Formats: sequence, structure tokens, C-alpha cells
Amino acid sequence: MPDLGIEVLLKGNNLMRLLAGLGVALKISLIAIGLSIPLGILIGMLVNGKNPIIKGIYRVYLEFIRIMPQLVLLFLVYFGTTRAFGWDLSGETASVFVFTLWGTAEMSDLVRGALISIPKHQYESSAALGLNRSQTYFYVIIPQTVRRLLPLSINLITRMIKTTSLILMIGVVEVLKVAQQIIEANRMSSPNAAFGIYLTVFFLYFIACWPISRLAAYLEKKWR
Amino acid sequence: MAEELLTIDHLTKQYGENVILNDVSLTVHKGEVVVVVGSSGCGKSTLLRCINALESIQGGEICLQGEKIEQEGKNITALRQKIGMVFQCYELFPHLTVLNNILLAPVKVQKRREEEVKAEAFELLKRVGLEDKADSYPRQLSGGQKQRIAIVRALCMHPDILLFDEVTAALDPEMVREVLDVILELAEQGRTMIIVTHEMQFAKAVADRIIFIDDGKIIENSKPEQFFSHPETERAKQFLNMFEYKRK
Ligand SMILES: Nc1ncnc2c1ncn2[C@@H]1O[C@H](COP(=O)(O)OP(=O)(O)O)[C@@H](O)[C@H]1O
Ligand SMILES: [Mg+2]
Repeated sequence: MPDLGIEVLLKGNNLMRLLAGLGVALKISLIAIGLSIPLGILIGMLVNGKNPIIKGIYRVYLEFIRIMPQLVLLFLVYFGTTRAFGWDLSGETASVFVFTLWGTAEMSDLVRGALISIPKHQYESSAALGLNRSQTYFYVIIPQTVRRLLPLSINLITRMIKTTSLILMIGVVEVLKVAQQIIEANRMSSPNAAFGIYLTVFFLYFIACWPISRLAAYLEKKWR
Repeated sequence: MAEELLTIDHLTKQYGENVILNDVSLTVHKGEVVVVVGSSGCGKSTLLRCINALESIQGGEICLQGEKIEQEGKNITALRQKIGMVFQCYELFPHLTVLNNILLAPVKVQKRREEEVKAEAFELLKRVGLEDKADSYPRQLSGGQKQRIAIVRALCMHPDILLFDEVTAALDPEMVREVLDVILELAEQGRTMIIVTHEMQFAKAVADRIIFIDDGKIIENSKPEQFFSHPETERAKQFLNMFEYKRK
């Protein structure tokens, strides 16, 4: 049996430190998700209207966020703006900010897409049955939009959780950073620790994301 | 003659400069079945959509039992409840079961007791042979079944008049019959209906009156026997000829 360096996990409180790292990653992503979803719904509904100025600004925002790698955005906010504007931003705050910016853009695009995918005759047959505008939205349009939206937004949530692995680059001590620290500290005693520790990190991400993507698959099937 | 139910008076409908319905006048009496025919694009659907105020109108007026139908009118949702409409494409709500499709408007809009509407819904479902589909979703039904459900959904609102817009046009031929039979039964019950169709045999059988529209104008308005055997206009003759097959 090759030495995978698993025993390093049991040294001291290494496992607890890894879990705490995962906690940091989850905390940042959950705050960002909690902000992105309502903001994304709001903006997605707003840009579905007719105002060309709102639409124009929105397109620029969406393209900008889409084109920019998340890491560049993180550097821009954490190193760039702190220098340029002289404010003091912790790595975690900068991460929440960037992830919210990104999540809101993606979420609003999903909402926009779901809304325009509801065919016109759904509005018309509601009207023909005597439903007024708010009844039409409440009983017909929103339930169908939510059904289309839910699996997609759950995928977005898992993407956001996974992408927190980048924030170690701006000094946030999340799970991957803890893993590096542990491996570094045990370089002499267990030179093979890298494999075992990273494998553990893999499982931690898996445990965090797998139930969520199962839920997405389940809802997709149920509401097909 | 029975009382006048629907009156259309010098109706004009335009999309921009494009005149779609040109000075259309028509009166439908209680219990009357009016069948509207005409070539594709002549304005049949637009006429029905104007009656239901799904389209704005640019001239004239439409009244249901003396009440003016206006798109921006305060009572438009109340008026629409008196006008049942079934469209060409299946427009059931995909996220609701058949039963909930039927119950939605009577319960949420008309605020009727759910138990009462449910009993009526099952009664009607039985009449169209679909009582076992109450808990199915629209995606589990065939086109003909969906259209029969759409008819039941409209009937459950207790409308004064029913509008049918080519409800069999998107169906496979073997399903046309089951839907038209339901409409024939409604005619026998004395319901007031305006039916747009391309099924000429059905039109002959169901109509009290035939309206022939050409290029946005009503150019014939006559008894079915008259219309099918002795059409007055050249356009109607040409139109009817399209349904005849002869070897040259
Ligand atoms: N939303 C619209 N905008 C512009 N023109 C339209 C619109 N809807 C229908 N039309 C035009 O109105 C005419 C009548 O259409 P329609 O009433 O659907 O005809 P029919 O039902 O008799 O086939 C057609 O020439 C069609 O191109
Ligand atoms: Mg049509």
C-alpha cells in the first residue's frame, strides 16, 4: 500500500482546520449567493422592460463580468481599488463583493431568459379566462418561470461554491489554503501528504456540492 | 328572433398603416352558431381576438349585451369571463394538472366554491370522455385531448358566448373528429358560438349562418345551404373551389 499521507490529517487538529477552511469558503459563497439571487431577480425583471438606457447599461455590465476571469476581478478589487482609493478591504469582503457582482450578473441573465421563454399565448389564454395582470403573473407566469429557473440557479450556486477556491490568491484562508499550509508544515515528516490532503479537499467540495446538484437533477426531472 | 347578444358595429382594426379588418359589422343572436370562413390571412383570428379585446381596435365598437368591450375598460376582465375562447395552438397551462387548469379561473377569478366547480368539471370531463385525465399534466395528453380540455376549461366559466379559432387546425386528422363532435354537441345545447374553421363539412353541419371574409371585409353573410350551393361572390366561389377535387 503506497503512503498517501492520510495520517497527516489526524495530526493535531488538521482535519478541523480543513473543515474550518471549508466553512470560510461556504460562508463567503452563501453570503454572495444570498445577495445575488434577489438582486439578480430584480435586475432580470427590470431589463425585461422597455427602457433602452437600462438595457444598455445592463449589457455592458453583463459583458464586462462575463469576459473578465473571476481571478482578475478579485485582483482588481482587492489590490487595485484598495491602492487607488486608499480604502481598507479585507480579503473576505473583497471576495463577497466580487462574487456578488458575478452572481448577480449570471442570475439576472437566467431570470431574463426564463421570462422571455414563457410563450405569449400563456398571457393571452390567461387574459381570455378573465385573469387580470397580477393574477396572470401570480398563478401562471411566475410558477412557470420559477420551474425553469430553479435547476439553472442551483447550477450557478455550485459553480459559485467551487470558484471560491480562487480566493486563496488574495490571502483568504479557505480550505485550499489550509491544505497548502498543512502540506507545507509536514513536508519533512510526510512528504507524500499532498496526495492525501488534496484528496480530502476534493471530498469536502464534493460533499458540499453534490447534494445541491442532485437536487437540481431531481427538480429538472420533476418539472420537465 | 332571439335577443341580440353580440353586436359588432363598423369595426376597424389596423396594424400601423395596414388595415386588417375594414368596417366589419355583425350581430350574433342568442343561441346562434356563426361560422367564419375565408382564406388564410383574411383576418378571421384578428376578428375573434378583437371580440375578446386581446387586440386594440382603431374604429367602431363591439358590445356584449349592450356593454362595450374595450381593451382598457375597467370591466374588461369581467366581460372576458363571459366570452370563452379556445385557440388554435394548445394553450393549457403546462405547470397545472388538467383539473387545476379547469379550476383556476372559476375559483380564483370568479371566487366560486371549489367543491361546486370540481363537481361541474368532472361532469364536463365525463361528457368529453376524459374524466380519467383529471390528474394528468397537459404534456401527457394528445393534441385532441388537449383541445377538449381547453373547451371544458372555457365552459366551466359559464360564458355567454364561445369563440373557437381553428381549434382542429394543428391536429392530426384522426383527432379532428373527437373535437368537432364536442362542438356539435354544444351547438345542439343551444350555445352561442362563433367558430372559425377550415373544415367545410363541419361548417355546413354546425352553422346557422356563414360569414365569409375576404381581405378584412365581410363579403357574404348567409345561410349555410345558400352559401355552399349558391355563393354570391366570385371570391367565395374561388374559395369553395379549393375544397373540391376533380380530375381534369
Ligand atoms: N401582430 C401583428 N402585427 C402585424 N400584422 C399582423 C399581426 N397579426 C396578424 N397580422 C396580419 O393580419 C392579417 C390577418 O391575420 P389573421 O387574423 O391571423 O388571419 P387568419 O386568421 O384569417 O388567417 C394577416 O395579414 C397578418 O399578417
Ligand atoms: Mg387564424
